[in-house]
Amino acid sequence: MQLFLPLIIGILFSAGFYLLLRRNLLKVILGIALVAHAANLLIFTMGGLKTTRPPIIAESKKMIEGLVTDPLPQALILTAIVIGFGVQVFALILARRLYQQTGISDINAVKNSDVNTEQVEKDGSL
Amino acid sequence: MIISILIIPLLGGIILLLSSKRPRWHFTVNFLVSSASLIAAVIVLTQTVSGRILTLQIGNWPAPFGITLVADLLSSVMVLLTAIIGWAVAIYANKYVNAHQAGEGFFALMQLMLFGIYGAFLTGDMFNLYVWFEVLLIASFSLMTLGSTSRQTEGAFKYVLLNLVASAFFLVGIGLLYGVAGTLNMADLARKAAMMENTIVLQTVALIFMVSFGIKAAVFPLYFWLPASYHTAPIPVAAIFAGLLTKVGVYALIRVFSLIFIHDTNFTHTILLIVAGLTMLSGVIGAAAQNDFRRILSFHIISQIGYMIMGLALFTPLAVAGAVFYIIHHIIVKSNLFLIAGIVERIHGSFDVSRLGDVYKKWPLLALLFFIPAFSLAGIPPLSGFWAKLTVIKAGLDIRQFAIVFVALGVGLLTIFSMTKIWAQVFWKEQPITKEHRNTGNNPVWMELIPVAFLALLTIIIGLLAGPVFEISNRAAEQLLNHKPYIEAVLGGGR
Amino acid sequence: MRSLILNTALRFIAPIMFLFSFFLLVRGHNNPGGGFIAGLVAAAAITLYTLSSGVSYGRRLLQIDARLLTGSGLLLALISGIPAITSGQSFMTGLWLEKTIIVIGKLGTPILFDAGVFMVVLGITSNIIFELMEHN
Repeated sequence: MQLFLPLIIGILFSAGFYLLLRRNLLKVILGIALVAHAANLLIFTMGGLKTTRPPIIAESKKMIEGLVTDPLPQALILTAIVIGFGVQVFALILARRLYQQTGISDINAVKNSDVNTEQVEKDGSL
Repeated sequence: MIISILIIPLLGGIILLLSSKRPRWHFTVNFLVSSASLIAAVIVLTQTVSGRILTLQIGNWPAPFGITLVADLLSSVMVLLTAIIGWAVAIYANKYVNAHQAGEGFFALMQLMLFGIYGAFLTGDMFNLYVWFEVLLIASFSLMTLGSTSRQTEGAFKYVLLNLVASAFFLVGIGLLYGVAGTLNMADLARKAAMMENTIVLQTVALIFMVSFGIKAAVFPLYFWLPASYHTAPIPVAAIFAGLLTKVGVYALIRVFSLIFIHDTNFTHTILLIVAGLTMLSGVIGAAAQNDFRRILSFHIISQIGYMIMGLALFTPLAVAGAVFYIIHHIIVKSNLFLIAGIVERIHGSFDVSRLGDVYKKWPLLALLFFIPAFSLAGIPPLSGFWAKLTVIKAGLDIRQFAIVFVALGVGLLTIFSMTKIWAQVFWKEQPITKEHRNTGNNPVWMELIPVAFLALLTIIIGLLAGPVFEISNRAAEQLLNHKPYIEAVLGGGR
Repeated sequence: MRSLILNTALRFIAPIMFLFSFFLLVRGHNNPGGGFIAGLVAAAAITLYTLSSGVSYGRRLLQIDARLLTGSGLLLALISGIPAITSGQSFMTGLWLEKTIIVIGKLGTPILFDAGVFMVVLGITSNIIFELMEHN
């Protein structure tokens, strides 16, 4: 695991950033999803990899006994996953709306908002 | 008391969300909620102005394990500024948000975004900062796309993508930080980072945070999303964005680089200083090439952020106080300018400066109201911007950083040029008469002039009472640089 | 997309999913489970119905407007923090009743919070699904 997880994280990051640099809108969003997953795994790994019991108090006990894993990274990851889920879906819907409104699926063509109002009106693309 | 600052906007947002069938009431409800927030913010500031630090452990879990809210002087000042802008926009929005948009949740999202901003200013925990960032971002994403014209969707798309990348970086930084220090509570981090011997990893983490917050604060070379998106949003939204959202990034930078990552200021703060200079320059040069009222203002946000980062980067008590003063001045002035741009557009039907004109002749009061924030932004004495610039530049001279002072002064001159350009084009010159373009025939109404006049009055007050305001900034800076009270306030009770 | 197989299978699967989501919700404060995952399971059931029988059926199944559900969930979660303030403790401190009940276990304010989260997750997720399916 010590070797395996960093490797996976590395692959996820490189794949994610590769996709981020593509021109297709959908691929860019997938890239963001991959990067977010890599970040989550990174938090998990940084919490320390130990083969111990889950941090749950037994039915009859008042306190945790013995060695348990650190629950905090898992709580962090859960929160991050939830948030990531929300914003990625939002980005996806936004990309679809952009495609429906303008027919653009190439990120290089998304430049109407970069130029001055007057130019856009002249081109008639508004 | 701190909790009321968070509960009021959340409760307001929920009420507005639940009453989406009765959009006619939304304006009144939103105004009442904003006023309550403003009162709560003032009360919190009166409690912290003496240097006291308020803390709250949510759910009674002791720090560093639980969620901690901390209100030191900087936080309370930021909260008050947020409440002021929220209040002004709440009045202003009456003319710009129709019943349909209100029914779609405009005001609810506005309150939820303010809720996120308050939370980001008050939290004392790195991961919570991330959560608050996401709360305000999700609300701002939705606000930005509410009109759903294709230009808006485009601008929002860029904004969303770049912010998602920044969030991913933030998460990576949090993961590494937890691995290095074993805690995410800011006070605990400050304590542990000060004792750490091997700081190489900490430096890496510092750089990751610099990139992440840098994107959110729109510093050079990470600012490109800002001028591409801010001008597409509806004007009340754009005013809040311009005043507050980038400043949340600046606040995070100041907090983190004055509390946690201070072990090697030669390295980190030198980078910040270079970034600050380039941010100022590129922002102001970008503004010179623009013709759209809002885009000129957008580029000026960037150049002004350079000054704040410069204050942080110089890292002397006077410089940090200057940065705080600059934030106070900038939030009020910049939001106000966007609100005025909105009024001008509503009268003349365009944001393009080459098509505008004659505002001074027809609406001298509006011209006066523009004159105050615009020339405060440019740094004309005795308005607030002059004192802000003076403090930062004096701090630079004190430690003989002449290069950055030179840049700051030059950028100040170019800002005057840019403001004069707007003044001459929009307010002074005769309006060119073209066939395809015609004035809308609207007149400015009191509902939109009152908040603008209120903010302009604040600008003048800050300028005339620069002494007391500077004293507050100074105390906030002292608190930022002297960690002991902060750490004791957060961790003290629990041990 | 109408599928006979999915339709028939759903008649058996969906009730189990709703029951399971309720089970996850009430045990969440002491055992694995909780409002979030329960909301997702319930939303999954709604999603499957929407896929098999269309958006209007999904909306009818949810009974109340998805946005209203989200709002009331938020309100419930917020209210769950208030009793702590009135009893003089910090906001959101968990308060528990003494008695225990079978299956559910102890009762207290955290379960209110969980129920709020459940409603928020269910509301938002089904809203997303409806939104995506409607404009296709």
